[in-house]
Amino acid sequence: MAIRFILLVNKQGQTRLAQYYEYLTLEERRALEGEIVRKCLARTEQQCSFVEHRNYKIVYRRYASLFFLVGVDNDEVCPSVLLNELAILEFIHLVVETMDRHFRNVCELDIMFHLETAHFMLEEMVMNGCIVETSKTNILTPIQLMDKAS
Amino acid sequence: MALLGMRGLSVFISDVRNCQNKEQERLRIDKELGNIRTRFKNEKGLTPNEKKKYVWKMLYIYMLGYDVDFGHMEALSLISAPKYPEKQVGYIVTSCLLNESHEFLRMVINTVRNDIIGRNETFQCLALTMVGNIGGKEFAESLAPDVQRLLISSSCRPLVRKKAALCLLRLYRKNPDVVNIDGWSDRMSQLLDERDLGVLTSVMSLFVALVSNNNEAYWNCLPKCAKILERLARNQDIPQEYTYYGIPSPWLQVKTMKALQYFPTVEDPNTRRALFEVLQRILMGTDVVKNVNKNNASHAVLFEALALVMHLDAEKEMMSQCVALLGKFIAVREPNIRYLGLENMTRMLLITDVQDLIKRHQAQIVTSLKDPDISIRRRALDLLYGMCDVTNAKDIVEELLQYLSTADFVMREELALKAAILAEKFAPDLSWYVDVILQLIDKAGDFVSDDIWYRVVQFVTNNEDLQPYAAAKAREYLDKPALHETMVKVSAYILGEYSHLLARRPGCNPKEIFTIINEKLPTVSKPTVAILLSTYAKILMHTEPSDPELQEQIWAIFRKYESYIDVEIQQRAVEYFVLSRKGAALADVLAEMPKFPERQSALLKKAEDAEVDTAEQSAIKLRSQQQTSNALVVTDQQPVNGPLPINQLGLVRIPSQKMEASSHNQGLTKENGAVSKVDPEPAPSADFLGDLLGPLAIEGPPAATVSAEQNMISGLEATPNAADALALATVGDQSNSVQPIVNIAERFHALCLKDSGVLYEDPYMQIGIKSEWRAHHGHLVLFLGNKNTSPLLSVRAVILPPTHLKVELSLVPETIPPRAQVQCPLEVVNLRASRDIAVLDFSYKFGTTVVSVKLRLPAVLNKFLQPKSVSAEEFFPQWKSLSGPPLKLQEVVRVVKPMSLPEMTNLFTSLHLGVIPGLDTNSNNLVSCTGFYSESTRAMLCLIRVETDPSDRTQLRITIASGDPTLTFELKEFIKEHLINIPTPTPAPAPSPALAAAALQPQSPITRAGYTDPGVMLAGLL
Repeated sequence: MAIRFILLVNKQGQTRLAQYYEYLTLEERRALEGEIVRKCLARTEQQCSFVEHRNYKIVYRRYASLFFLVGVDNDEVCPSVLLNELAILEFIHLVVETMDRHFRNVCELDIMFHLETAHFMLEEMVMNGCIVETSKTNILTPIQLMDKAS
Repeated sequence: MALLGMRGLSVFISDVRNCQNKEQERLRIDKELGNIRTRFKNEKGLTPNEKKKYVWKMLYIYMLGYDVDFGHMEALSLISAPKYPEKQVGYIVTSCLLNESHEFLRMVINTVRNDIIGRNETFQCLALTMVGNIGGKEFAESLAPDVQRLLISSSCRPLVRKKAALCLLRLYRKNPDVVNIDGWSDRMSQLLDERDLGVLTSVMSLFVALVSNNNEAYWNCLPKCAKILERLARNQDIPQEYTYYGIPSPWLQVKTMKALQYFPTVEDPNTRRALFEVLQRILMGTDVVKNVNKNNASHAVLFEALALVMHLDAEKEMMSQCVALLGKFIAVREPNIRYLGLENMTRMLLITDVQDLIKRHQAQIVTSLKDPDISIRRRALDLLYGMCDVTNAKDIVEELLQYLSTADFVMREELALKAAILAEKFAPDLSWYVDVILQLIDKAGDFVSDDIWYRVVQFVTNNEDLQPYAAAKAREYLDKPALHETMVKVSAYILGEYSHLLARRPGCNPKEIFTIINEKLPTVSKPTVAILLSTYAKILMHTEPSDPELQEQIWAIFRKYESYIDVEIQQRAVEYFVLSRKGAALADVLAEMPKFPERQSALLKKAEDAEVDTAEQSAIKLRSQQQTSNALVVTDQQPVNGPLPINQLGLVRIPSQKMEASSHNQGLTKENGAVSKVDPEPAPSADFLGDLLGPLAIEGPPAATVSAEQNMISGLEATPNAADALALATVGDQSNSVQPIVNIAERFHALCLKDSGVLYEDPYMQIGIKSEWRAHHGHLVLFLGNKNTSPLLSVRAVILPPTHLKVELSLVPETIPPRAQVQCPLEVVNLRASRDIAVLDFSYKFGTTVVSVKLRLPAVLNKFLQPKSVSAEEFFPQWKSLSGPPLKLQEVVRVVKPMSLPEMTNLFTSLHLGVIPGLDTNSNNLVSCTGFYSESTRAMLCLIRVETDPSDRTQLRITIASGDPTLTFELKEFIKEHLINIPTPTPAPAPSPALAAAALQPQSPITRAGYTDPGVMLAGLL
């Protein structure tokens, strides 16, 4: 199981953050994002948080106007070991909580205007599709150090 | 904040955000790109801060989906900047914009390496992360040793080591040689002792990658994983920042349990016990709580624990508990849990045999098919598909049909395909199958592929009983007002072929049939027009006496299409018109369509090829794999004109009784039977057979060679019958032959040692056997399965028992219906000890092909043995009291297949000769004791002693004692056979013509092997 991409999209369908852990050409990204966003945004609160799309399973969560979408796929070597959707779902929440601790009441605009901070956070949390760190303190330490320096 | 000093970036983002429409946005972005391009051209004038700003703008533009085809160099150059803020931007933006094959990356390898081996921790982290995200082969070659060193270095801090672990994972994937497997299992084991949970999380990912590639190398790490899980599950020494809503890092728990799933099993009993204790706690102790996040996290752990239990619980102790839990989940309100419950049930079906447990929840699963959420509906459909079998097929398929009318468009095709496959695979009777497919076409014609209606036509054509029913059904559908074109095709085809069978029913005379079909003609497409023309021609042919008015109507249509633009239709129209004026000739040319050859269902093939999501795919694959073991399913046909089945498979074939009755002696019969007559000249197969059966041919009818050949094929079928059959057969059928598709000798030997399995299988049928043995009684059941869509006829099974067995076979039905399996109980009573073997003489007719085989039945001597364990006090008095021949026999056996004492012990145990360890003081000897049961001897104790020579394993001395001289002798010979000639599996049947042709050569070694097989010779003597 590996995370293939993390997308933050607002309810108008505008991408606010995109981080891919596998290479897709620009056209492929555009098509994929369009399809996924259309699929997920049409869903209601009563529906589950998982959507199957092509070879991906999209695990998503909505926070106010912002959708967090994570694309995961199964292990190619051993397809019987399935991914764990709930673990991904809570990982999204961990990302949000981490952002919240840093920005204090994070909102769409924080992420939009502090794109690089959002990238630094993800960089501390995920590497090559694997989760590296889940301690908020550890994730935020380098960012806070840099903020102090500048 | 970081953006201070990058005001321009904020302004730009805000500008883009304020754009009213896409066009404005594009203009603003083009303007910015132009601006950046100009600034980059004059790089000297840029401050590092400005450069940073422009690079971020580029990333922002790229994220919005616009192409940024310049400036990569500028981003890359920031990596070499001396200061952290620039370097950081360089690394991060590079890993977003470039991919591993980008040629520019090569230019920074040195800089990256310097950062990795340098002293600056923050630089190390940046470099490791970028390589971990986009490093390619070249990076792997030049950086792997450095990265490894960082990972295992004790002076490195956790924040560097966790990145080194994932960086190494990337490099390992790009070039597995960078990790030296031999040394790494110990290193890994040490790394798993890590206390820092951040490092452990990364190391676990690396570990999963290594293990998934080669689990054998990492056995030593298994207990460590169990320990980690225990530590987390018991919340021992877990820092607060790694607990998430009170749960110790759910992600690491999940990852650890995943790692364990890559090992086939956990053997060490201590580790296993500890692990199952933890798993049991997770399964039992996870409660539903109010807090959503806590609930999700604990259930993430729970679902992973379920997966691990399913994987490891070979004894299935906890399976019912798992299914019960999942059953609870699929009924809860929370949609995520419902979804996962269904998904995990499907997965459970794939790995273990829990169909019956899951069936209890069928009603709930069917309800989920109507869930408001398509994700859940898909899972329910997949699960229903996976759990379907003969017992519930009717219910499930009918549910699917019902759902079809309301299903989402995106799901209809899949639904139709799945319903069709299940209907075909598990149809309790064929008329039901026809009903289902017609309903399917009626309800979802657009989603029913051509394969589906071809298949139903094939079934109807091959089954005469079905034809009137199918025709009547097709006629009924034609009355419906709006008919899907596929329905027009299938009903027109079926009515063309079989409407004459309905002639006396109301509304079914030729004219009425024609009229109702012809109503559809104006609205259908070209391929359907072609089918309708054929239907008209067939109706015309079947109209007896001819109806001039109908004729005129149909001719008018033919004439109209004679000048049609489409060649296929034009051709048909012209030909049918001319033919239909020729009267009787029409009937000859337009006779009923011949039966279709059996072939793999195109649907299943299609399902395998179909691009569906992975979970579905695996379910379908599993289904198609099961197919081979399912006697009721059609499999690929062997080539129709394949080579003759010769004895390479150990199949006993004896030419007809007539042969024995002829003037030739038994010896020749035997040789013929085993096809082992040594013919010095390699002759073409037909001639060879002709020669071999030459004398017989003289007595036969004129078509001597051909009938002789047929005789060879049909085994017991007497020559005149074969000739009769030939008269009816078309030319192509004459050389039809049926080859077994399993290795029969191997099957027999396997069944001698176990009690159930497949005894025989060919493309049309499968014979399975299940047996129970109690004292001198045996209760066997033969499972005769017809794999086809048409019935097997003239089924005949006779047991040729040796004198020592009383065998009673219950009545075998003469016909086995399509895709049915019949069970024939068989009672065996053992009268006395003997090594002779009962033979099942079996034959059936498929179409014009007669298949006849003789199969040895695994009712052999050892089935009547029961191992006894006796003490030295019981053994020795017996041993001494039975002194000398004929009750006690001793023999030195030479040319024994060399085997160690444990191997021999295994062999004895599998033959029900109980080995008693420690009874003989000499460790090179083996003593065994068993009870033999027969009607004449009742229970009789047999004592065996084998003395081996450690310096020469090819010889040994065996002493056997029992209270019955025949038993002593037979048992001695029986054991000798197994010691000398251990049945080795002969090579799997290779249907390749070259090999089979080689087998036809009388001197081929395979044939010889068949000859020396004592069982074959024995059966040949019967």
